[in-house]
Amino acid sequence: MPNEPKHIVTSFEADLKKLRDMIATMGGLVERAVADATSALLEHNPELAGRVIEQDARIDSEQHAVEQFAVRLLALRQPVADDLRQVIQALKIVTDLERMGDYAANIAKRSIVINQVASSFSLSGLGQMAMLVQQNLKSSIDTVGEASPEKAIAVWRADQAVDDLYNTIFRELITYMMEDPRNITPCTHLLFIAKNLERIGDHTTNIAELTYYAITGDNLPDFRPKGDHTSAYVHSVDA
Amino acid sequence: MSTQAAFPAPFTQSAAGPVPRVSIRNLNFYYGATHALKNVSIDFPDRQTTAMIGPSGCGKSTLLRILNRMYDLYPGQRAEGEVMIGGQNVIDPSVNLNALRRRVGMVFQKPTPFPKSIYENVIFGVRLHEKLGKAELDERVEWALTRSALWGEVKDRLHSSALGLSGGQQQRLCIARSIAVRPEVLLLDEPTSALDPISTLKIEELVDELKQDFTIVIVTHNMQQAGRCADQVAFFYLGELVEAGPSSQIFTAPRERKTQEYITGRFG
Repeated sequence: MPNEPKHIVTSFEADLKKLRDMIATMGGLVERAVADATSALLEHNPELAGRVIEQDARIDSEQHAVEQFAVRLLALRQPVADDLRQVIQALKIVTDLERMGDYAANIAKRSIVINQVASSFSLSGLGQMAMLVQQNLKSSIDTVGEASPEKAIAVWRADQAVDDLYNTIFRELITYMMEDPRNITPCTHLLFIAKNLERIGDHTTNIAELTYYAITGDNLPDFRPKGDHTSAYVHSVDA
Repeated sequence: MSTQAAFPAPFTQSAAGPVPRVSIRNLNFYYGATHALKNVSIDFPDRQTTAMIGPSGCGKSTLLRILNRMYDLYPGQRAEGEVMIGGQNVIDPSVNLNALRRRVGMVFQKPTPFPKSIYENVIFGVRLHEKLGKAELDERVEWALTRSALWGEVKDRLHSSALGLSGGQQQRLCIARSIAVRPEVLLLDEPTSALDPISTLKIEELVDELKQDFTIVIVTHNMQQAGRCADQVAFFYLGELVEAGPSSQIFTAPRERKTQEYITGRFG
Protein backbone atom coordinates (compact mmCIF):
# COMPACT_ATOMS: atom_id res chain seq x y z
CA MET A 1 0.00 0.00 0.00
CA PRO A 2 1.33 3.41 -0.96
CA ASN A 3 1.44 5.05 2.50
CA GLU A 4 3.29 2.16 4.15
CA PRO A 5 7.00 2.50 4.91
CA LYS A 6 9.07 1.35 1.96
CA HIS A 7 10.59 -2.12 1.64
CA ILE A 8 14.29 -2.43 2.40
CA VAL A 9 14.73 -4.12 -0.97
CA THR A 10 13.83 -1.37 -3.43
CA SER A 11 13.45 -3.72 -6.39
CA PHE A 12 10.64 -5.48 -4.50
CA GLU A 13 8.99 -2.12 -3.95
CA ALA A 14 9.32 -1.48 -7.71
CA ASP A 15 7.87 -4.91 -8.53
CA LEU A 16 4.77 -4.31 -6.41
CA LYS A 17 4.29 -0.91 -8.01
CA LYS A 18 4.66 -2.47 -11.44
CA LEU A 19 1.97 -5.00 -10.53
CA ARG A 20 -0.42 -2.20 -9.52
CA ASP A 21 0.39 -0.34 -12.73
CA MET A 22 -0.30 -3.44 -14.82
CA ILE A 23 -3.72 -3.79 -13.16
CA ALA A 24 -4.40 -0.13 -13.86
CA THR A 25 -3.43 -0.59 -17.52
CA MET A 26 -5.62 -3.65 -17.96
CA GLY A 27 -8.44 -1.92 -16.07
CA GLY A 28 -8.12 1.04 -18.45
CA LEU A 29 -8.45 -1.25 -21.47
CA VAL A 30 -11.61 -2.81 -20.00
CA GLU A 31 -13.09 0.59 -19.17
CA ARG A 32 -12.40 1.63 -22.75
CA ALA A 33 -14.01 -1.57 -24.09
CA VAL A 34 -17.18 -1.12 -22.03
CA ALA A 35 -17.43 2.55 -22.98
CA ASP A 36 -16.89 1.85 -26.70
CA ALA A 37 -19.33 -1.08 -26.72
CA THR A 38 -21.92 1.19 -25.17
CA SER A 39 -21.27 3.96 -27.70
CA ALA A 40 -21.41 1.45 -30.55
CA LEU A 41 -24.86 0.43 -29.34
CA LEU A 42 -26.28 3.86 -28.58
CA GLU A 43 -24.77 5.60 -31.61
CA HIS A 44 -25.34 2.71 -34.05
CA ASN A 45 -21.66 2.50 -34.89
CA PRO A 46 -20.70 -0.98 -36.17
CA GLU A 47 -17.08 0.09 -36.90
CA LEU A 48 -16.54 0.95 -33.25
CA ALA A 49 -18.19 -2.35 -32.29
CA GLY A 50 -15.69 -4.15 -34.51
CA ARG A 51 -12.78 -2.44 -32.77
CA VAL A 52 -14.10 -3.52 -29.35
CA ILE A 53 -14.22 -7.12 -30.55
CA GLU A 54 -10.65 -6.89 -31.89
CA GLN A 55 -9.33 -5.29 -28.70
CA ASP A 56 -10.52 -8.21 -26.58
CA ALA A 57 -7.41 -10.19 -27.54
CA ARG A 58 -5.26 -7.42 -26.09
CA ILE A 59 -7.16 -7.64 -22.78
CA ASP A 60 -6.56 -11.38 -22.71
CA SER A 61 -2.84 -10.94 -23.31
CA GLU A 62 -2.66 -8.32 -20.52
CA GLN A 63 -4.26 -10.89 -18.22
CA HIS A 64 -1.55 -13.40 -19.04
CA ALA A 65 1.16 -10.81 -18.50
CA VAL A 66 -0.17 -9.95 -15.04
CA GLU A 67 -0.52 -13.62 -14.14
CA GLN A 68 3.04 -14.39 -15.20
CA PHE A 69 4.39 -11.43 -13.31
CA ALA A 70 2.43 -12.33 -10.17
CA VAL A 71 3.64 -15.94 -10.29
CA ARG A 72 7.19 -14.67 -10.66
CA LEU A 73 6.71 -12.45 -7.58
CA LEU A 74 5.37 -15.38 -5.58
CA ALA A 75 8.26 -17.61 -6.58
CA LEU A 76 11.09 -15.12 -6.17
CA ARG A 77 9.92 -12.83 -3.36
CA GLN A 78 7.76 -15.15 -1.28
CA PRO A 79 5.60 -12.24 -0.16
CA VAL A 80 3.71 -12.36 3.13
CA ALA A 81 1.01 -10.33 4.87
CA ASP A 82 -0.21 -7.29 2.90
CA ASP A 83 2.32 -7.93 0.11
CA LEU A 84 0.96 -11.45 -0.33
CA ARG A 85 -2.62 -10.16 -0.28
CA GLN A 86 -1.76 -7.63 -3.00
CA VAL A 87 -0.38 -10.35 -5.27
CA ILE A 88 -3.40 -12.60 -4.65
CA GLN A 89 -5.69 -9.65 -5.31
CA ALA A 90 -3.95 -8.99 -8.63
CA LEU A 91 -4.21 -12.64 -9.68
CA LYS A 92 -7.93 -12.68 -8.99
CA ILE A 93 -8.79 -9.22 -10.29
CA VAL A 94 -7.43 -9.98 -13.75
CA THR A 95 -9.90 -12.85 -14.03
CA ASP A 96 -12.76 -10.46 -13.26
CA LEU A 97 -11.39 -7.90 -15.72
CA GLU A 98 -11.00 -10.50 -18.44
CA ARG A 99 -14.64 -11.58 -18.01
CA MET A 100 -15.76 -7.96 -18.24
CA GLY A 101 -13.81 -7.65 -21.48
CA ASP A 102 -15.71 -10.66 -22.82
CA TYR A 103 -19.03 -9.11 -21.85
CA ALA A 104 -18.07 -5.85 -23.54
CA ALA A 105 -17.16 -7.75 -26.73
CA ASN A 106 -20.49 -9.56 -26.56
CA ILE A 107 -22.35 -6.27 -26.22
CA ALA A 108 -20.46 -5.00 -29.26
CA LYS A 109 -21.42 -8.08 -31.31
CA ARG A 110 -25.08 -7.76 -30.40
CA SER A 111 -25.06 -4.01 -31.15
CA ILE A 112 -24.15 -4.91 -34.76
CA VAL A 113 -27.14 -7.27 -35.02
CA ILE A 114 -29.50 -4.75 -33.44
CA ASN A 115 -28.35 -2.20 -35.96
CA GLN A 116 -29.25 -4.60 -38.76
CA VAL A 117 -32.78 -5.35 -37.53
CA ALA A 118 -33.40 -1.61 -37.18
CA SER A 119 -35.30 -1.64 -33.95
CA SER A 120 -37.20 1.40 -32.82
CA PHE A 121 -36.91 0.85 -29.08
CA SER A 122 -35.65 3.55 -26.82
CA LEU A 123 -32.20 2.67 -25.55
CA SER A 124 -32.17 5.30 -22.83
CA GLY A 125 -32.64 2.75 -20.03
CA LEU A 126 -29.68 0.72 -21.27
CA GLY A 127 -27.67 3.91 -21.70
CA GLN A 128 -28.33 4.89 -18.13
CA MET A 129 -27.44 1.42 -16.87
CA ALA A 130 -24.21 1.43 -18.90
CA MET A 131 -23.27 4.81 -17.46
CA LEU A 132 -23.72 3.57 -13.89
CA VAL A 133 -21.77 0.40 -14.60
CA GLN A 134 -18.91 2.44 -16.10
CA GLN A 135 -18.81 4.71 -13.05
CA ASN A 136 -18.64 1.71 -10.72
CA LEU A 137 -16.03 0.03 -12.88
CA LYS A 138 -13.82 3.10 -12.79
CA SER A 139 -14.25 3.47 -9.02
CA SER A 140 -13.48 -0.18 -8.42
CA ILE A 141 -10.26 -0.02 -10.45
CA ASP A 142 -9.33 3.21 -8.67
CA THR A 143 -9.62 1.44 -5.29
CA VAL A 144 -6.81 -0.94 -6.25
CA GLY A 145 -3.66 0.33 -4.59
CA GLU A 146 -5.52 2.86 -2.48
CA ALA A 147 -5.56 2.18 1.24
CA SER A 148 -9.25 2.99 1.68
CA PRO A 149 -11.55 0.16 2.79
CA GLU A 150 -14.39 2.71 2.94
CA LYS A 151 -14.14 3.37 -0.80
CA ALA A 152 -14.14 -0.37 -1.48
CA ILE A 153 -17.32 -0.76 0.58
CA ALA A 154 -18.95 2.16 -1.25
CA VAL A 155 -18.28 0.53 -4.64
CA TRP A 156 -19.45 -2.81 -3.29
CA ARG A 157 -22.78 -1.30 -2.29
CA ALA A 158 -23.21 0.85 -5.41
CA ASP A 159 -24.12 -2.12 -7.60
CA GLN A 160 -27.61 -2.14 -6.09
CA ALA A 161 -28.68 0.71 -8.39
CA VAL A 162 -27.48 -1.24 -11.45
CA ASP A 163 -29.55 -4.24 -10.39
CA ASP A 164 -32.64 -2.06 -9.93
CA LEU A 165 -32.28 -0.68 -13.44
CA TYR A 166 -31.77 -4.16 -14.83
CA ASN A 167 -35.06 -5.31 -13.27
CA THR A 168 -36.88 -2.43 -14.89
CA ILE A 169 -35.35 -3.08 -18.32
CA PHE A 170 -36.10 -6.79 -18.04
CA ARG A 171 -39.82 -6.19 -17.43
CA GLU A 172 -40.00 -3.57 -20.13
CA LEU A 173 -38.47 -5.87 -22.76
CA ILE A 174 -40.76 -8.77 -21.79
CA THR A 175 -43.71 -6.47 -22.33
CA TYR A 176 -42.51 -5.48 -25.82
CA MET A 177 -42.09 -9.13 -26.73
CA MET A 178 -45.62 -9.93 -25.60
CA GLU A 179 -47.04 -7.06 -27.58
CA ASP A 180 -45.60 -8.29 -30.86
CA PRO A 181 -43.65 -11.51 -31.56
CA ARG A 182 -41.60 -9.63 -34.20
CA ASN A 183 -39.99 -7.79 -31.28
CA ILE A 184 -38.57 -11.01 -29.91
CA THR A 185 -35.30 -10.97 -31.89
CA PRO A 186 -34.20 -7.41 -31.08
CA CYS A 187 -35.54 -7.61 -27.53
CA THR A 188 -33.66 -10.82 -26.83
CA HIS A 189 -30.43 -9.16 -27.92
CA LEU A 190 -31.22 -6.14 -25.79
CA LEU A 191 -32.02 -8.41 -22.88
CA PHE A 192 -28.62 -10.11 -23.22
CA ILE A 193 -26.93 -6.72 -23.42
CA ALA A 194 -28.66 -5.69 -20.21
CA LYS A 195 -27.62 -8.97 -18.63
CA ASN A 196 -24.02 -8.43 -19.75
CA LEU A 197 -24.02 -4.99 -18.14
CA GLU A 198 -25.49 -6.44 -14.99
CA ARG A 199 -22.75 -9.10 -14.91
CA ILE A 200 -20.06 -6.44 -15.41
CA GLY A 201 -21.57 -4.70 -12.39
CA ASP A 202 -21.27 -7.91 -10.37
CA HIS A 203 -17.59 -8.19 -11.29
CA THR A 204 -16.98 -4.63 -10.06
CA THR A 205 -18.24 -5.78 -6.66
CA ASN A 206 -15.78 -8.68 -6.82
CA ILE A 207 -12.97 -6.20 -7.38
CA ALA A 208 -14.19 -4.16 -4.41
CA GLU A 209 -14.24 -7.30 -2.26
CA LEU A 210 -10.69 -8.19 -3.32
CA THR A 211 -9.50 -4.69 -2.57
CA TYR A 212 -11.14 -4.78 0.85
CA TYR A 213 -9.35 -8.06 1.53
CA ALA A 214 -6.01 -6.75 0.28
CA ILE A 215 -6.24 -3.73 2.57
CA THR A 216 -7.67 -5.28 5.73
CA GLY A 217 -7.00 -9.02 5.55
CA ASP A 218 -10.70 -9.57 6.29
CA ASN A 219 -13.40 -10.66 3.91
CA LEU A 220 -16.56 -8.71 3.25
CA PRO A 221 -19.58 -10.79 4.23
CA ASP A 222 -20.73 -13.43 1.73
CA PHE A 223 -24.12 -11.80 1.56
CA ARG A 224 -24.34 -8.70 -0.58
CA PRO A 225 -27.83 -7.27 -0.94
CA LYS A 226 -28.71 -8.64 -4.40
CA GLY A 227 -31.08 -6.63 -6.48
CA ASP A 228 -31.45 -8.91 -9.51
CA HIS A 229 -34.84 -10.57 -9.00
CA THR A 230 -35.37 -11.58 -12.62
CA SER A 231 -34.42 -15.22 -12.02
CA ALA A 232 -37.66 -15.59 -10.05
CA TYR A 233 -39.76 -13.52 -12.45
CA VAL A 234 -42.89 -15.09 -13.92
CA HIS A 235 -44.99 -13.03 -16.28
CA SER A 236 -48.63 -13.86 -15.92
CA VAL A 237 -50.36 -13.82 -19.34
CA ASP A 238 -53.75 -13.17 -17.74
CA ALA A 239 -52.57 -10.07 -15.95
CA MET B 1 -27.69 -2.00 8.29
CA SER B 2 -24.63 -0.36 9.79
CA THR B 3 -21.19 -1.02 8.36
CA GLN B 4 -19.94 -2.35 11.67
CA ALA B 5 -22.68 -4.88 12.20
CA ALA B 6 -22.47 -6.26 8.67
CA PHE B 7 -18.85 -7.38 8.88
CA PRO B 8 -17.43 -10.39 10.68
CA ALA B 9 -15.59 -9.77 13.91
CA PRO B 10 -11.80 -9.73 13.49
CA PHE B 11 -10.05 -13.05 13.98
CA THR B 12 -9.72 -13.93 17.66
CA GLN B 13 -8.07 -16.90 19.23
CA SER B 14 -10.49 -19.31 20.80
CA ALA B 15 -10.47 -19.15 24.59
CA ALA B 16 -10.73 -22.93 24.72
CA GLY B 17 -7.49 -23.43 22.76
CA PRO B 18 -4.87 -26.12 23.32
CA VAL B 19 -3.54 -26.73 26.84
CA PRO B 20 -0.43 -24.67 27.55
CA ARG B 21 2.69 -26.63 28.53
CA VAL B 22 4.59 -23.45 29.33
CA SER B 23 2.76 -20.46 30.70
CA ILE B 24 4.63 -17.16 30.99
CA ARG B 25 3.18 -14.21 32.84
CA ASN B 26 4.59 -10.69 33.28
CA LEU B 27 8.13 -11.80 32.65
CA ASN B 28 10.86 -9.19 32.93
CA PHE B 29 14.53 -9.82 32.35
CA TYR B 30 17.60 -7.72 33.03
CA TYR B 31 21.18 -7.95 31.81
CA GLY B 32 22.56 -5.78 34.60
CA ALA B 33 20.89 -2.43 33.97
CA THR B 34 19.55 -3.37 30.54
CA HIS B 35 15.87 -4.23 30.54
CA ALA B 36 15.88 -6.99 27.90
CA LEU B 37 12.37 -8.42 28.22
CA LYS B 38 9.44 -6.24 29.15
CA ASN B 39 6.38 -7.70 30.77
CA VAL B 40 6.05 -10.65 28.43
CA SER B 41 3.03 -12.95 28.78
CA ILE B 42 2.57 -15.89 26.42
CA ASP B 43 1.62 -19.58 26.46
CA PHE B 44 3.41 -22.36 24.60
CA PRO B 45 0.72 -24.97 23.85
CA ASP B 46 1.42 -28.62 24.59
CA ARG B 47 2.71 -30.67 21.64
CA GLN B 48 2.77 -27.72 19.33
CA THR B 49 5.56 -25.70 17.81
CA THR B 50 5.91 -22.05 18.66
CA ALA B 51 8.29 -19.95 16.58
CA MET B 52 9.74 -16.73 17.96
CA ILE B 53 10.73 -14.16 15.37
CA GLY B 54 12.05 -10.62 15.52
CA PRO B 55 15.15 -8.59 14.69
CA SER B 56 18.45 -9.25 16.48
CA GLY B 57 18.36 -8.06 20.06
CA CYS B 58 14.58 -8.23 20.37
CA GLY B 59 14.73 -10.68 23.28
CA LYS B 60 13.66 -13.92 21.64
CA SER B 61 16.85 -15.83 22.47
CA THR B 62 16.80 -14.30 25.93
CA LEU B 63 13.36 -15.78 26.48
CA LEU B 64 14.60 -19.16 25.30
CA ARG B 65 17.48 -19.00 27.75
CA ILE B 66 15.13 -18.22 30.61
CA LEU B 67 13.12 -21.38 30.04
CA ASN B 68 16.01 -23.61 31.14
CA ARG B 69 17.70 -21.02 33.38
CA MET B 70 20.80 -20.71 31.21
CA TYR B 71 21.14 -17.15 32.47
CA ASP B 72 22.08 -18.54 35.90
CA LEU B 73 25.52 -19.16 34.43
CA TYR B 74 26.18 -15.43 34.20
CA PRO B 75 26.37 -12.90 37.01
CA GLY B 76 24.20 -9.79 36.97
CA GLN B 77 21.36 -11.39 34.99
CA ARG B 78 17.99 -11.79 36.60
CA ALA B 79 14.41 -12.63 35.72
CA GLU B 80 11.20 -11.52 37.42
CA GLY B 81 7.71 -12.81 36.90
CA GLU B 82 6.27 -16.23 36.35
CA VAL B 83 7.36 -19.03 33.99
CA MET B 84 5.17 -22.02 34.78
CA ILE B 85 6.24 -25.39 33.36
CA GLY B 86 4.15 -28.28 34.61
CA GLY B 87 2.84 -26.32 37.59
CA GLN B 88 6.26 -25.08 38.73
CA ASN B 89 7.61 -21.54 38.47
CA VAL B 90 11.00 -22.36 36.99
CA ILE B 91 12.59 -19.00 37.70
CA ASP B 92 12.12 -19.57 41.42
CA PRO B 93 15.66 -19.77 42.94
CA SER B 94 14.80 -23.00 44.75
CA VAL B 95 14.29 -24.93 41.50
CA ASN B 96 16.73 -27.79 40.95
CA LEU B 97 18.56 -26.81 37.77
CA ASN B 98 19.64 -30.30 36.81
CA ALA B 99 16.08 -31.55 37.04
CA LEU B 100 14.84 -28.51 35.10
CA ARG B 101 17.35 -29.02 32.29
CA ARG B 102 16.26 -32.62 31.95
CA ARG B 103 12.71 -31.37 31.45
CA VAL B 104 13.71 -28.58 29.08
CA GLY B 105 16.19 -29.60 26.38
CA MET B 106 18.05 -27.19 24.15
CA VAL B 107 19.72 -27.27 20.74
CA PHE B 108 21.93 -24.42 19.57
CA GLN B 109 22.68 -22.58 16.35
CA LYS B 110 25.86 -24.49 15.62
CA PRO B 111 26.01 -28.21 16.24
CA THR B 112 27.73 -28.88 19.56
CA PRO B 113 28.63 -32.57 19.64
CA PHE B 114 31.02 -33.69 22.37
CA PRO B 115 34.34 -35.10 21.13
CA LYS B 116 33.10 -38.58 21.93
CA SER B 117 31.45 -41.43 20.09
CA ILE B 118 27.96 -41.06 18.64
CA TYR B 119 26.69 -43.49 21.26
CA GLU B 120 28.29 -41.60 24.13
CA ASN B 121 26.91 -38.29 22.87
CA VAL B 122 23.34 -39.57 22.92
CA ILE B 123 23.63 -41.24 26.28
CA PHE B 124 25.51 -38.41 27.99
CA GLY B 125 22.51 -36.75 29.65
CA VAL B 126 20.75 -40.02 30.33
CA ARG B 127 23.69 -41.19 32.45
CA LEU B 128 23.40 -38.05 34.60
CA HIS B 129 19.74 -38.54 35.35
CA GLU B 130 18.99 -42.24 35.21
CA LYS B 131 20.59 -45.52 36.27
CA LEU B 132 20.07 -47.85 33.33
CA GLY B 133 21.54 -51.21 32.35
CA LYS B 134 23.38 -51.71 29.05
CA ALA B 135 20.36 -53.14 27.25
CA GLU B 136 18.20 -50.22 28.33
CA LEU B 137 20.87 -47.73 27.32
CA ASP B 138 21.16 -49.38 23.91
CA GLU B 139 17.43 -49.21 23.55
CA ARG B 140 17.37 -45.54 24.53
CA VAL B 141 20.12 -44.69 22.01
CA GLU B 142 18.23 -46.43 19.22
CA TRP B 143 15.00 -44.71 20.21
CA ALA B 144 16.56 -41.21 20.34
CA LEU B 145 18.46 -41.67 17.08
CA THR B 146 15.38 -43.07 15.36
CA ARG B 147 13.22 -40.19 16.59
CA SER B 148 15.80 -37.73 15.31
CA ALA B 149 15.90 -39.45 11.89
CA LEU B 150 19.58 -40.38 12.21
CA TRP B 151 19.46 -44.09 13.11
CA GLY B 152 19.61 -45.40 9.57
CA GLU B 153 22.68 -43.29 8.80
CA VAL B 154 24.73 -44.11 11.92
CA LYS B 155 23.59 -47.48 13.23
CA ASP B 156 26.70 -49.20 11.88
CA ARG B 157 29.12 -46.71 13.38
CA LEU B 158 27.71 -45.86 16.78
CA HIS B 159 31.13 -46.03 18.38
CA SER B 160 32.99 -43.83 15.96
CA SER B 161 33.53 -40.15 16.72
CA ALA B 162 30.58 -37.77 16.42
CA LEU B 163 32.94 -35.22 14.93
CA GLY B 164 33.11 -37.28 11.75
CA LEU B 165 29.43 -36.58 10.98
CA SER B 166 28.31 -33.87 8.56
CA GLY B 167 26.94 -30.60 9.95
CA GLY B 168 23.34 -31.64 9.40
CA GLN B 169 23.96 -35.04 10.97
CA GLN B 170 25.69 -33.42 13.93
CA GLN B 171 22.68 -31.17 14.48
CA ARG B 172 20.34 -34.16 14.40
CA LEU B 173 22.68 -35.88 16.85
CA CYS B 174 22.34 -32.88 19.18
CA ILE B 175 18.56 -33.20 18.90
CA ALA B 176 18.89 -36.92 19.69
CA ARG B 177 21.01 -36.04 22.73
CA SER B 178 18.37 -33.55 23.89
CA ILE B 179 15.42 -35.87 23.51
CA ALA B 180 17.24 -38.92 24.95
CA VAL B 181 16.43 -37.68 28.46
CA ARG B 182 12.77 -37.41 27.41
CA PRO B 183 12.21 -33.73 28.12
CA GLU B 184 8.81 -32.03 28.08
CA VAL B 185 9.99 -29.00 26.18
CA LEU B 186 12.54 -28.77 23.39
CA LEU B 187 14.16 -25.41 22.71
CA LEU B 188 15.76 -24.82 19.32
CA ASP B 189 17.86 -21.68 18.95
CA GLU B 190 18.24 -21.07 15.20
CA PRO B 191 18.90 -24.77 14.70
CA THR B 192 19.35 -24.60 10.93
CA SER B 193 21.17 -21.31 10.38
CA ALA B 194 24.47 -23.14 9.87
CA LEU B 195 23.03 -25.89 7.66
CA ASP B 196 22.53 -26.37 3.92
CA PRO B 197 18.95 -26.33 2.51
CA ILE B 198 18.51 -30.11 2.45
CA SER B 199 19.75 -30.57 6.03
CA THR B 200 17.48 -27.66 6.97
CA LEU B 201 14.44 -29.41 5.50
CA LYS B 202 15.38 -32.61 7.35
CA ILE B 203 15.43 -30.71 10.63
CA GLU B 204 12.10 -29.08 9.80
CA GLU B 205 10.61 -32.48 9.01
CA LEU B 206 12.00 -33.67 12.32
CA VAL B 207 10.37 -30.79 14.18
CA ASP B 208 7.05 -31.84 12.67
CA GLU B 209 7.61 -35.40 13.87
CA LEU B 210 8.84 -34.46 17.32
CA LYS B 211 5.94 -32.24 18.22
CA GLN B 212 3.81 -35.36 18.64
CA ASP B 213 5.79 -35.95 21.83
CA PHE B 214 7.31 -32.63 22.81
CA THR B 215 6.42 -28.98 23.13
CA ILE B 216 8.78 -27.18 20.78
CA VAL B 217 9.94 -23.59 20.89
CA ILE B 218 12.09 -22.47 17.97
CA VAL B 219 13.91 -19.21 17.44
CA THR B 220 14.49 -18.49 13.79
CA HIS B 221 15.48 -15.64 11.52
CA ASN B 222 14.02 -17.49 8.58
CA MET B 223 10.47 -16.27 8.15
CA GLN B 224 9.49 -19.02 5.74
CA GLN B 225 10.81 -21.56 8.22
CA ALA B 226 8.63 -20.10 10.96
CA GLY B 227 5.67 -20.30 8.59
CA ARG B 228 6.42 -23.89 7.63
CA CYS B 229 7.24 -25.30 11.06
CA ALA B 230 5.21 -23.44 13.61
CA ASP B 231 1.63 -23.66 14.77
CA GLN B 232 2.01 -20.42 16.64
CA VAL B 233 4.28 -17.48 15.85
CA ALA B 234 5.33 -14.81 18.33
CA PHE B 235 6.87 -11.55 17.13
CA PHE B 236 9.19 -9.69 19.51
CA TYR B 237 10.49 -6.19 19.13
CA LEU B 238 12.75 -4.26 21.51
CA GLY B 239 12.07 -6.69 24.34
CA GLU B 240 8.33 -6.65 23.97
CA LEU B 241 5.99 -9.29 22.65
CA VAL B 242 4.23 -7.39 19.87
CA GLU B 243 1.91 -10.10 18.61
CA ALA B 244 1.37 -13.84 18.88
CA GLY B 245 -1.07 -15.91 16.87
CA PRO B 246 -1.52 -18.87 14.55
CA SER B 247 1.19 -18.78 11.86
CA SER B 248 -1.43 -18.76 9.11
CA GLN B 249 -2.83 -15.52 10.52
CA ILE B 250 0.52 -13.86 11.28
CA PHE B 251 1.78 -14.39 7.73
CA THR B 252 -1.41 -13.50 5.85
CA ALA B 253 -3.08 -10.88 8.02
CA PRO B 254 -1.02 -9.76 11.03
CA ARG B 255 -2.96 -7.50 13.35
CA GLU B 256 -0.09 -5.26 14.39
CA ARG B 257 1.50 -2.81 12.02
CA LYS B 258 4.98 -3.49 13.43
CA THR B 259 4.60 -7.22 12.70
CA GLN B 260 3.53 -6.46 9.16
CA GLU B 261 6.45 -4.12 8.59
CA TYR B 262 8.94 -6.66 9.92
CA ILE B 263 7.74 -9.77 8.10
CA THR B 264 7.32 -7.96 4.79
CA GLY B 265 10.85 -6.55 5.03
CA ARG B 266 10.06 -2.91 5.60
CA PHE B 267 12.39 -2.54 8.60
CA GLY B 268 14.70 -4.71 10.65
